[in-house]
This record gives sequence, structure tokens and C-alpha cells, in this order.
Amino acid sequence: MKDTEGYVTADGRQIGGTLMEMRNITLRFGGVVAIQDISFDIREGEVRAIIGPNGAGKSSMLNVISGFYTPSEGEVWYKGSKRPPMKPFEVARQGVARTFQNIALFEGMTVLDNVMTGRLTHMNAGIASQALWWGKARNEEMENREKVERVIDFLEIQNIRKTPVGRLPYGLKKRVELARALAAEPSLLLLDEPMAGMNVEEKEDMSRFILDVNDEFGTTICLIEHDMGVVMDLSDRVVVMDYGKKIGDGTPDEVRNNEDVIAAYLGVPH
Amino acid sequence: MFYRTAGQFKTSYIADQALFPVKQDAFLLGIILALAWIVFPLTASEFTFQTLLIPILIYALAAMGLNILTGFAGQLSLGTGAFMGVGAYACYKMVTLFPWMNPIIAILLSGVFSAGIGVAFGIPSLRIKGFYLAIATLAAQFFLVWLFEKWSWLYNYNASGAIQVPNLEMFGVFVSGPQAASVTEYYIVLFVVTLLTLLCINLTRGNLGRTWKATRDMDIAAELIGINLMKSKLTAFAVSSYVVGVAGALYVFMWKGAAEPNVFDIPLSFQVLFIAIIGGLGSIMGNYLGAILIVGLPVVLNVVAGTQVFQMSGLGAGMLVALAAAIAFLGWVARSGWTIGAVAGFVVLTLIYGYAQTQGVRIDSALIEHINVMIIGALIIFFLIIEPHGLNQLWRLIREKLIIWPFPH
Repeated sequence: MKDTEGYVTADGRQIGGTLMEMRNITLRFGGVVAIQDISFDIREGEVRAIIGPNGAGKSSMLNVISGFYTPSEGEVWYKGSKRPPMKPFEVARQGVARTFQNIALFEGMTVLDNVMTGRLTHMNAGIASQALWWGKARNEEMENREKVERVIDFLEIQNIRKTPVGRLPYGLKKRVELARALAAEPSLLLLDEPMAGMNVEEKEDMSRFILDVNDEFGTTICLIEHDMGVVMDLSDRVVVMDYGKKIGDGTPDEVRNNEDVIAAYLGVPH
Repeated sequence: MFYRTAGQFKTSYIADQALFPVKQDAFLLGIILALAWIVFPLTASEFTFQTLLIPILIYALAAMGLNILTGFAGQLSLGTGAFMGVGAYACYKMVTLFPWMNPIIAILLSGVFSAGIGVAFGIPSLRIKGFYLAIATLAAQFFLVWLFEKWSWLYNYNASGAIQVPNLEMFGVFVSGPQAASVTEYYIVLFVVTLLTLLCINLTRGNLGRTWKATRDMDIAAELIGINLMKSKLTAFAVSSYVVGVAGALYVFMWKGAAEPNVFDIPLSFQVLFIAIIGGLGSIMGNYLGAILIVGLPVVLNVVAGTQVFQMSGLGAGMLVALAAAIAFLGWVARSGWTIGAVAGFVVLTLIYGYAQTQGVRIDSALIEHINVMIIGALIIFFLIIEPHGLNQLWRLIREKLIIWPFPH
């Protein structure tokens, strides 16, 4: 790890040491290079954004972090040690939770059950106990229900608790998805375009929730977003990608004035 | 009127997650249990036990097993019949090898063998999904039935190649075999089915159930939130095959009395699958409703149609009108235009029937048989059209409407 000192953000929050570090990540699909030699770090307690034009490799990067893709080259360091190749569910059990660009809720289940699935990694009652609904399984169910209810309260979705997710409108589904990720009490929360397809009001709500999550639970957040206004307002530091390469990294102000970034977004005269 | 949730407040999560958060549901279940445990055994005839009560329970159990796999965990299987066979043969081997064994224990243990085999044949599910998995389970179906035929150790080298249930005693009472009374068999079936239903309800509403449903609804997301898909799928195969295996053991030991390998062939798998689909995938109660419709209704129609009273009076017409009324009600619940067509069809049938009566046309039993098959087929199609999610969903809709009736706004 480079430094564990951290820094203080513009709004005066203390950011801790490195939580996750990507070292020279390269990801190839056959001949296509989706990510090329990218390194960056995510500090404890910060809101880190990954931006870039369409097809820049942002989502691939998020998939590498969440273990869905194994990088062709490079190393992922998490909580001070190198992460061996592992399955996505093992990564999730280490405290990495995520939401998806296209909502990936369990449509046949109620909101409550969906959020409860976020607690799966914290529950380990045996099958016999569960079948009898007695002892450990029952206690566990109640304890975790209480934690889940706190998240439900926090995201203000109490009234739809028992509604099947399939019946909900888009904006609420996004919120339920966030609730499911939060219920896992993750150390690192990955948000893949949390504002996609929302109107201004819903975006404002979602932004507030993201900041509140970061503020109240101290959760480290890494997000991908296309709405520049949102990104610049929310994030502490931004990674900019284009064609699989990193072209900028720094605070929103630094990135905004970066020549390469401007070129990537606005184009350059030939 | 019957359902009012007003005034039933939950003050703890335990109360909120109770089996029946609504009082009326618990009351209804109490009535059903009282009927099943007390009224039916006291009043039912030999015929009713053997053609309605026992088979409906056994088929419902088998469908419940399949439902756990297909309805809850989303893994399509066409091998149910063969897994029932594994349970039956395992039970047969156990009671013949260890005659001192308690029959109920033997039946409950036989599921363990089918669970093991089920897991083995469930391994392909880790790589393939949907129809392709169905084909893989079909392989299990063919292979196992072949094995039942060829491996003569399984049926103790009987010349007939069939397994014959011996007379089994428990506390001095014959519980299985030719000498057992129907009411004893019924009670054993009822006990096992009630027990397994309770366990399955608990499993499906708990953590494991959520794991299965998550795997069913979106497996990639499930894996990314921390679900071990392999474990989830294989536990579903294990639990499902266990229940199916126990159902198979009951099928032979408490109902048929003897079985040849081809009993467990693919028609049985399909029958159980139909029950699960028509009852409602992803539900427990639906299996009972499906079994009543598919196993029970043909028998009832046959009996009613065969009685003298039916032939003599307008009872047949009355029954058709009653059916039309029931369908109209269900159609109103599901708000489906198909209802009008179905009701019209029944009205026409009634008119034809009435006309035939006035002309003094006698209806012979073969024709009644054919009409029965047609009515059952039409009903199945009708139910699937008005509610593709099965009878259970229909009941759920009725319940929702009853809660706010008569002021739906």
C-alpha cells in the first residue's frame, strides 16, 4: 500500500487508508482489450466515481472489482492483501456489495424478501433448524429482520415492504436494489449507474440516499454514472476511462480541467 | 365479509412472520385439518380412501417435491417418476432386508436414497439450464427405469420383476400390504404428508427458500450478492428428491401395493408435473389444489355420472349449471373475457343434455367416460388461460378480493 494516511475532503470529511487497489489491470476478451493496464485505488470512506464515454470499460472494471470477471493481467488488492482468483459469491462474502445497471432484483419475491437476501452472507443456520423453524434459524431470522427493517426505514420503503417487486415502478426498484446491497453491510458498495433512466426528482432522492449512506454508515462507495452534474457533486475522486485506458484521476475539479478528459468527452479538432 | 385484516396488529417480527399472520387463514386451515384428520376417516368408504383421499395426498406430496425444485429453485425436471421409483425400491429393499424396521421410519429413510441420486443427477444443473437441464433429467428418467428392470437384486429376484409389498406390522397393527386397512394407510399417509408439508413450508419461507428463489429469479445477480449457486441448486435437488422419494415409497406401500418398473415411467413424471403447474409453481398449497383437480375430479365426475339419480333426473344439468356458475365466479375474479366463452360452452352442453333427456336418450357409460376426459381437459386449459400462475394464484386473488369486499375502492 502506498500510504495509509488518507486525506481530508473539501467538505471536511476524513478519508482513511486504501481499501481496495487495482494494480495494472488488463482485461481481454479474445482479441478485444476491454481494460488496458489500469491502476487506481479506493480509500476507506470515500465516494469514488468511474466515468467515461460509452464503451470505455467502466462496467467491465466494476465487474472485475466484484469478481464477475477475472482480470487477464494485474492484481486486485483488498484490505491490504492480494485477492486470489475467486468466485463472485466469495467476493460478496468479503464485504463487496453491488447494484446493477439493469435492475437485477428477484422479481418473484417481495421487497422484504429481496432485501433479506442481502443478509444471506450473515446467516448460517443449518437445514434442520430451518426446516423446524426453531432455535438458531428462527433467532437468526428475527435478528436479521431487524437489521433489514433499519435499512427499509432508512430508504423510506416501509409502505411497499410486502409488495412483490415485479409490481413496483422503476425508480422504486432501483431503491430496493440499493436496500438489498446495503442490507449486506458492505465495506465497499459498488453502484452501476444508480441514476440511469430517472427523472430529476428521483435523481435528487437517490443522490441524497447515496450521500446519507456514506455519511451514516461510513460505507465506501464506488459508482459509475453518466450524469456529470451528479458525479461532480457526489464524488470525492474520479477515475476517467476512455477506450479501456485511464485518462484522468483526481478530484472533480482536477478532472474537469484535464485536457485529455475534455478531449474524450467533447472531441478534438483534427 | 369472511376476511377482515382490520384490528390484527403485529407488534413483533415474530408475529409478523408467523405462518398465518391473518387469523382467518389459521381458522380455515383448522377446519381443513379437522376434516382430514377426523371427519374423512370416520365417514369415508373403502372406495373413497383408495381412489380419492390416499392418491390425492400422495400426488400432492410428489408435486410438492417437484415444486421445490422447479417452482422454487427454477430447475426444470422431467425425472420425477424415476425419483419416486428410487424411493419405492429403496423402501422395498429396506423392509425386506431389515424386517424389524418400523415402516414409517423406512418410508422416511427411503427419501434419503432418492435425495442422493437426485443430487447426482442434479450436477449437470451447474452447467446447463432450462430445457437442456430437462433433457438431462430425462436421461435420469430413462436410466433409472431401465435399472429397475435390469438389476434384479432390487426386486429380490422375483420372477414377475415387480415389487410386492409385504404385510408390515407396527404395534400389532397391519400398516401396509394386503392385510392393512385403508384407514390405517390413510392415517400414515396423512401423517407423513402433513409432516413434510410443514417442513417444506418452513424451508421455503426461510433463508434456504430465499436462496432458491433468488437462484430461480436471476442466477447471476444471486451469485454476485453472495449465493453459492452450486450449493443452492444441489440442496434444491436434495430436498426435492427426498420429498419425491418419500412420495414414491408411499405410492407403492400405502396405495398400489405392488409396482412394476414401468409404473415409474415418464407418464408419472408428466402427471406430477401437470399437478405442479396447474396448482401453481412456487407454491405449497397449489400442489393440493392441483392434485384435487387432476386426480380427484375425474373420479368424482365418473361417480356422479354413473349414478342412477344422475341418469334419471335433471341432476346432470344441475351439475353443469353449477360448474358454469363456478367458472363465471372465477372468471370474475380473474377478469377474463374467456369466461363468457366457457360459460356459453357449458350452457350449450346443458341444453344438449336437457334435449337428450327429453328425447329419452340413454347415455352409455363409455360416452360418459369420454365426456369426462373432455371436461377435464377443457377445465385444465381454461384454468391455465384465466390464470397461468395456477390455482394457488387464483385462490390468492379470491382472498385479496374477499379482504376488501364489498367495497373495493
